[in-house]
Amino acid sequence: MSEFPYRKTGVVSLEELARLNLLPPEERLRKGPVAILECPEMIPCNICVPYCPTKAIKMERLIDVPAVDWDKCIGCGICVAVCPGLAAFVVDTSKNDFDYVTVPHEFIPVPRVGDEVVLLNKLGERIGRGTVVRIWERNKTYVATVRVPKGLSMEVRAIWVKQ
Amino acid sequence: MIGKCSSCFMKVNGLPNVKTCREPVKDGLVIERQAGWISPDTNNEESSSVELREIDVDVLVVGGGPAGLSAALKASEYGLDVAVVDEHFKIGGQLLKQTHKFFGNVELFGGMRGFQIAEEYSKKLKSSEKIRVLTRSVVYGVFRGGLVGVIGENTHYVVKPKVVVGSTGAAERYLDFLNNDLPGVVGAGGVQTIMNEYGVKPGESALVVGSGNVGLIVAYQLLQAGVAVRAIVEILPEVGGWFVHAAKVRRYGVPILLQHTVKAVYGDGRVREVEVVAVDENFNPVPGSEKRFKVDLVLLAVGLEPDTRFFSQCGAVMKWSPELGGLVPLRTLDLETSVRNLYIAGDASGIEEATTAIMEGQIAALSAVSKLADRSKAGRAEEEMEKICKFLWEDYRTSPVLARARRGKQLVTVSREEMEKIRVTYPPRVSFG
Ligand SMILES: Cc1cc2nc3c(=O)[nH]c(=O)nc-3n(C[C@H](O)[C@H](O)[C@H](O)COP(=O)(O)OP(=O)(O)OC[C@H]3O[C@@H](n4cnc5c(N)ncnc54)[C@H](O)[C@@H]3O)c2cc1C
Ligand code: SF4
Ligand code: SF4
Repeated sequence: MSEFPYRKTGVVSLEELARLNLLPPEERLRKGPVAILECPEMIPCNICVPYCPTKAIKMERLIDVPAVDWDKCIGCGICVAVCPGLAAFVVDTSKNDFDYVTVPHEFIPVPRVGDEVVLLNKLGERIGRGTVVRIWERNKTYVATVRVPKGLSMEVRAIWVKQ
Repeated sequence: MIGKCSSCFMKVNGLPNVKTCREPVKDGLVIERQAGWISPDTNNEESSSVELREIDVDVLVVGGGPAGLSAALKASEYGLDVAVVDEHFKIGGQLLKQTHKFFGNVELFGGMRGFQIAEEYSKKLKSSEKIRVLTRSVVYGVFRGGLVGVIGENTHYVVKPKVVVGSTGAAERYLDFLNNDLPGVVGAGGVQTIMNEYGVKPGESALVVGSGNVGLIVAYQLLQAGVAVRAIVEILPEVGGWFVHAAKVRRYGVPILLQHTVKAVYGDGRVREVEVVAVDENFNPVPGSEKRFKVDLVLLAVGLEPDTRFFSQCGAVMKWSPELGGLVPLRTLDLETSVRNLYIAGDASGIEEATTAIMEGQIAALSAVSKLADRSKAGRAEEEMEKICKFLWEDYRTSPVLARARRGKQLVTVSREEMEKIRVTYPPRVSFG
């Protein structure tokens, strides 16, 4: 059996991500949008690597865990769009009034800019409401940037749009 | 389910035992229910109007999934004549029902959705003059002298191939529980066919049995189709599939109940309720732990079993492999079985995944080229084959999430010298070439 709790829960905690060096440091978070790849297993995948426009994602072998060079990442969200594991997110905690989080969305309806959406955490719990500020699509995966209450950007990992 | 069982047998235009999951809808179709197997009328006019055709090819590919399609394409690139046979009306195998994006790397179609990979292959195959594609055609058996029987819509083909690549895929496993024959208990592949290939919502609320990648992915696809997924149950104390697939369904609120299994389903004519139960470390049900969910769909994703009937009939030496899902033929590194010139690739060679199926198909084809093509092409093919083998074994399969399949494949792979000895001890019933 595995020593990793996420193999039992399907949920990777912030502590675990930190332990695996998958979280950007505080000072980087304060600077502006940055990617978080919640991809802790050595799966045979490197799709995010060639698509990143600033070559911020490093991987030596196909099976390595992707490592983001936080200083190179510009938070563009392309990895969010292309990751087949839907494991890439962008968080922005640099503003005083709100946080921003960018998540993949493959459900209908697709929200429009300005729409209010339900915010879901890693357990699917409804933890508040946010407003869509940007939405774009790539090969049927929508990428939604949502303005969320301060402090929620590390929690929100999906949105739900009322039918 | 995925076109391999008999659950959907019905009479279509008077013809019994038609797998309706694979029957395209047309105006004027007359569909009647049937119970059990009905012996077809062998004297009717239709069966006597079947045309007999003989075909000579370099490579016959049995099954047009990712393994077969990549084999066909590779062999044709080196100038060999290829025929691909598939039972379905479209080529692509499992890829046709995969709406999610694939992993791997970009060169191996990673990032594309399964059905898009199938479309890409379809286009390439159609534009090749070297490849003949026979859809709605079943390879039903092999005859002495290395002749392969194929029955198509109105044609009976007898194919004489120099090399056969068997890429017949896999069949789904079923599970024993009370009332498991009620409509609404479906295999994952069946639901994917209905939902993703034909665009029909399969139910309103579902319970998924099995948390391997297939269960997790189908649960996500059910959510996308607007089906409420009440829970995923898993008998083991750990999620079976990859973390990223589990995380995808967890964040939409789907619980994964570990150490749980289905006990029974209830309903009048179709599933209305399912009862699950916790199990202890020895997989025995824990009395009093039963829970019920109101669902109209119970989706079984409890594993796949290689479809190796063609290989058994040819007399290929087989080995039981729990890691690979069942009985599979022994093979050399270049995927030749103990029947000379009969190759195996994809899920039929042991359950793995589409990316490895593609690589196996290429390896089998390149090995065939190295035997059949002129010397310069043969040399190039061998080099390419070595490169793919190296990537497959030394990069791709070293991922810990593939460790079990890798071990399984190692255990059924023998050296060429060993294979020669096996051929002497267990001479195959047929030979190709
Ligand atoms: C839900 C699900 C999700 C998956 N997700 C992924 C993923 O993300 N990434 C990945 O790499 N893999 C994935 N896979 C696995 C992948 O789809 C399979 O491993 C792959 O399709 C195997 O390819 P194959 O060519 O061996 O067999 P198949 O795709 O099963 O094709 C076999 C074909 O052979 C035909 N056939 C069989 N017998 C005969 C006969 N006698 N005559 C004529 N035709 C015949 C069948 O009709 C079928 O078309 C997934 C599988 C499932 C079920
Ligand atoms: S957000 Fe953009 S720059 Fe940052 S890792 Fe992703 S793709 Fe690269
Ligand atoms: S594309 Fe997604 S799943 Fe693949 S390595 Fe990158 S983060 Fe992981």
